[in-house]
Amino acid sequence: MNPLSRRKFLKISGATIAAAAAIGTVSKALDKAETTKHKGIQKIPTFCDICFWKCGAIAYVRDGELWKVEGNPLDPLSKGRLCPRGTGGVGAHYDPDRLRSPLIRTQERGKEMWKEVTWDEALSYIADKMQKIKSQYGPESIAVFSHGIGGNFLKHTLKAYGAINFAAPSFAQCRGPRDVGFRLTYGEDVSSPERTDIKNAQCLVLIGSHLGENMHNTQAQEFAEAVGNDASIIVVDPRFSVAASKAKYYLPIKPGTDLALLLAWMNVIVTENLYDKEYVEKYGFGFEQFKAELLAYTPEWSYPETGIEPKLIRATAREMARYKPATLIHPGRHVNWYGDDAQRSRAIALLNALMGSWGRKGGFYYPVSMDVPGYPYPSYPTPTKDKVDNPDKKYPFAHEAITTGIREATLTGNPYPVKGWFVYATNLIQALPNEEITKQAIQNLDLVVVVDVIPNEIAGWADVVLPESVYLERHDDINVEWFRDSFVGLRQPVVESPHDQKPNWWIAKKLAEKLGLGNYYPWKDVEEYINYRMTAAGLSFDELKKNGIILGTKQPNYFDEGVPAEFQTPSGKIEFYSLQLQQAGFDPVPKYKRPAGGPAGSFRLLYGRAPVHSFSRTQTNRILSDMMPENEVWLNANIAERYSLKSGDYIKLKNQDGVVSNKIKVKATERIRQDCVYMVHGFGHTAKGLKHAFGKGASDSQLLTRFETDPLMGGTGMNMNFVTIEIEA
Amino acid sequence: MARFGMVIDTKKCVGCMDCVVACKTENDVPEAFNRDWIVQDVRGKNPDLHMEIRTERCNHCDNPPCVYCCPTGASHVHDLGGIVLVTHDLCIGCKACLASCPYDTRFIHPEGYADKCTFCVHRVEKGLDPACVSVCPTHCMYFGDLDDPNSQVSKLLTSRKNHSLIPEAGTKPQILYLV
Amino acid sequence: MNEYTTTRHNELVDPSLHIWGWEIPVYLFIGGLVAGMMIITGYFIFKGRYKDKACVCRVLPLLGMIILSAGMFTLFLDLEHKLYTWRLYLTFKVASPMSWGAWILIVVYPTMIASFLINVPEYFSKKFLWMDKISEKLQQHKYAVKNIGVVNMLLGGLLGIYTGVLLSALGARPLWNSSMLWLLFLVSGLSAASAFVHMVAKRVDERELLAKADNGFLILEIFVIALFIIGMVTSTKVHIDSALVLLSGIYAPAFWVFVLALGIVIPLIIQLLAVNHKIKHTPVAPIMVIVGGLVLRFVIVYAGQYTHWVDAGF
Repeated sequence: MNPLSRRKFLKISGATIAAAAAIGTVSKALDKAETTKHKGIQKIPTFCDICFWKCGAIAYVRDGELWKVEGNPLDPLSKGRLCPRGTGGVGAHYDPDRLRSPLIRTQERGKEMWKEVTWDEALSYIADKMQKIKSQYGPESIAVFSHGIGGNFLKHTLKAYGAINFAAPSFAQCRGPRDVGFRLTYGEDVSSPERTDIKNAQCLVLIGSHLGENMHNTQAQEFAEAVGNDASIIVVDPRFSVAASKAKYYLPIKPGTDLALLLAWMNVIVTENLYDKEYVEKYGFGFEQFKAELLAYTPEWSYPETGIEPKLIRATAREMARYKPATLIHPGRHVNWYGDDAQRSRAIALLNALMGSWGRKGGFYYPVSMDVPGYPYPSYPTPTKDKVDNPDKKYPFAHEAITTGIREATLTGNPYPVKGWFVYATNLIQALPNEEITKQAIQNLDLVVVVDVIPNEIAGWADVVLPESVYLERHDDINVEWFRDSFVGLRQPVVESPHDQKPNWWIAKKLAEKLGLGNYYPWKDVEEYINYRMTAAGLSFDELKKNGIILGTKQPNYFDEGVPAEFQTPSGKIEFYSLQLQQAGFDPVPKYKRPAGGPAGSFRLLYGRAPVHSFSRTQTNRILSDMMPENEVWLNANIAERYSLKSGDYIKLKNQDGVVSNKIKVKATERIRQDCVYMVHGFGHTAKGLKHAFGKGASDSQLLTRFETDPLMGGTGMNMNFVTIEIEA
Repeated sequence: MARFGMVIDTKKCVGCMDCVVACKTENDVPEAFNRDWIVQDVRGKNPDLHMEIRTERCNHCDNPPCVYCCPTGASHVHDLGGIVLVTHDLCIGCKACLASCPYDTRFIHPEGYADKCTFCVHRVEKGLDPACVSVCPTHCMYFGDLDDPNSQVSKLLTSRKNHSLIPEAGTKPQILYLV
Repeated sequence: MNEYTTTRHNELVDPSLHIWGWEIPVYLFIGGLVAGMMIITGYFIFKGRYKDKACVCRVLPLLGMIILSAGMFTLFLDLEHKLYTWRLYLTFKVASPMSWGAWILIVVYPTMIASFLINVPEYFSKKFLWMDKISEKLQQHKYAVKNIGVVNMLLGGLLGIYTGVLLSALGARPLWNSSMLWLLFLVSGLSAASAFVHMVAKRVDERELLAKADNGFLILEIFVIALFIIGMVTSTKVHIDSALVLLSGIYAPAFWVFVLALGIVIPLIIQLLAVNHKIKHTPVAPIMVIVGGLVLRFVIVYAGQYTHWVDAGF
């Protein structure tokens, strides 16, 4: 209790000043004189960029100033309703901590000391360095990390330059293992937006997936719809998540043992003959071998591993079977946990196959898209080298570039040196595990360019920082989405950039011109580019500008609607038994391996998402930070009591390698097991430029010094770290 | 006469705070203040837990203590559907209304007057839903006339079990939570 | 125990209400003190002692006005929208104790001025002869003077009662939901006023009288506090929990030590010994009573804000 707040004192002294302002009529008259431009409300459609879901939005401009952002009712992704981050997108435009002008580094990397320069100086500096790298090492020695549609033009310039190493953390640090697991089984990815038919599911199984906290809009909306439809929800999570609170069955699993549960579930379903026999016979390959391997994995075998009682395993397996094929075992999204993630994801794919849910209503639909041709650019130069991230196909099933592979090559110089990094809209320091390795790798570079809207940690390590306009101030490439319904979405400027920020297309085009690659940009501006593509597709750009969305015609999504049941696997069928895995020396049917434990008295560090933040990108957005200014560490109530801690106390966490976190608030709760702690990712910023977010909460990624690489695809399992509690002195 | 109220389906609410953000932008609610918010009410011991997630705001009570205690008439009941409002330039900032509200829904606006949820009366007058209701991605919020037996809110209340907050305080709150 | 988390975090409201700082307890104490002073003044006027040059009732109205003005200033300091204060006097809200208070304060001042003018102290009457003339005229109307005494007692009573009702009308704070609160603040105000007057009075008999009266008020106050607590602990869960905030919670030390022991029981013992001439009168006991009365307002205002309906078990 603070009987006399500072604010109150200020108020007393401010009373006289306020007196002047209170003469209402006078001040009102003055206000009127000031606001002249764009009287009234304008509504401009665009699509969101606070996360990468690309929801259709309508921005409201009131008297020339950005007011609010709502969902676009035409948009199949948002159906007119944005998530809190999208609604709070206004704060990205007004964020006082934004990058304002191009910056060139004046002191050593990581010191965050800059001089402001003009765009021409910045781009000349970059082009100059790029030419040097090209002549000395070849254009393949520049790598590009780019996340989201905004980076399309920059990638185009770099491809024209001859770069071949393009990666995003969304593969090896996120959904990669899942897509590999599903590819090995069905021959196709789960893709993004996930092709999960949640809204039609009658039984939904979430394994560590915290929909509702993870606020990918369509997923969360459909989850709520399923809950509203009384779908049977089964949640497997060491933490009693929001989703768990909606569940009929909550399974508080021992972290790292999900595969043991999946195998036991499949054991029950196969031995009790609960699977979709017709479906399996028709589409399955190697079922008998698969069945034979499963027999050992009884619920009783699983119990000591998972801590889930056999009768609960049986009950939930039967529950799933009851609703098949409208039983959806959700594949998750960020699934880099223990290094066996592709195989665990494959087990999820197989369990779905037993339910017959792939290609069926309430399971996995077939996404569709509109046919919008690309722009006819000149062809890119032919590379003389292979990609650097996965030499000798060390990870044979990686189908996208591995960020940490590029980092490794940058560090070692093998298979060839990497001398330049372009980083677009991804904060590599917090996105890749073990930030010290990232910082060491950066020391080997001759050029680091960061293009972003805020001065994140990675910007602090750049030679040149280029300030991009936020999505509400720019055009980007059109979004030709793969989804349940096909559509094209437009991002267009709603308001002007407040300072010297520029859109990606402008930056990319100017850089190409500096590099003498102007012929790769035959168009004058981005509108000409979009207009070309729209016209080529037989669509109206004007209609797109007006509505923000153009819908395609209805196409089939399920087998019974006419989608051909074809599988791009070696056998052409759903592979219960994978010969290609066997040939590559891996388990043809997933096998469980107990994860390594931590030192005595330590807790496994788990992390996740909050509905109001995207990664480490939104903590300075004043509206979103108001919703959640810092993260908390979830600690089981009994453990908290043992340490005499209560909710709101600050502690530090120390990991197994002696790394100590920033101070973080305790949330003492029954909602988590005693063997792990949990925090939301994206906080504990150390970048000085993020004034509003600096030092608030702790960074999980700082504590992720250890990771287990997935032998199938190079993903980095990051739930391998253990922490102890350091009481604040 | 209409009696406006809200019905909130706690089963569907995931506590994402979109309602809070929408209120902020719609009503220019100043930084560090909230007219609505999310409550997570957890009962039980791990792993046998129950959690109700609620979006809360002014209950626009039928028996509003904040209106009774106001010495100037700044806090008043609006003609339109019983919405409880504050007239800014009648308010002296005595904070009696803050103390009188069992739900702690009010705060002092940085400009000095008592502030709180208005049910977005400016939208309701135009026939729109309040901003929080209109954005909710889970469709867990409903706004309407509780006196009209044919309204969606009334029908939801007759078909589903529901509760209000702190009914024992006797304020007759007009926001009801489906369980 | 339930786990209850909210994302509200509003200033002055979270984690528990703290809208009122030192200003309101000070104001409430002063209100009670002045109420007591008015009742004492009124009693002396009614009893005809105003004619006595040495009677304390000649100086009390002036002191009362000065002290009350200080209290009103602290009240003003607490207002968040100060420039609109005048809005109080464009209306009368019958359900609002604050509105009642605003109007009571308006009539209290003329009453105190009238009381002051009945027999203006020499210091003023020598400087301002017109005051002396008014006094002369007033004293010719004995009944009018008596009525001024009655009005003093009535308004003093209302003022003292209002300081308690102000809080007890706020049903959202369980600790204040007591019909004993007005009586507690009135008795405490009388006791503080007695202690104060005991110190400033010149006549020994008045001092003796007020010390005896104060002892009576202190004993009464103990009963009122006991009934206040009994009322709480025999009520609902939230009220029981509220009482525990005083009895064993975070405000227990202030309540037991400063309010009860140092503010009531010990000064009562000292004054009982003094009125029975076992020891000499000193300002020690009255000062303890006054400070105890002030602390009582702080404890009730702070602890009351701390209590609420949701998630009781503070």
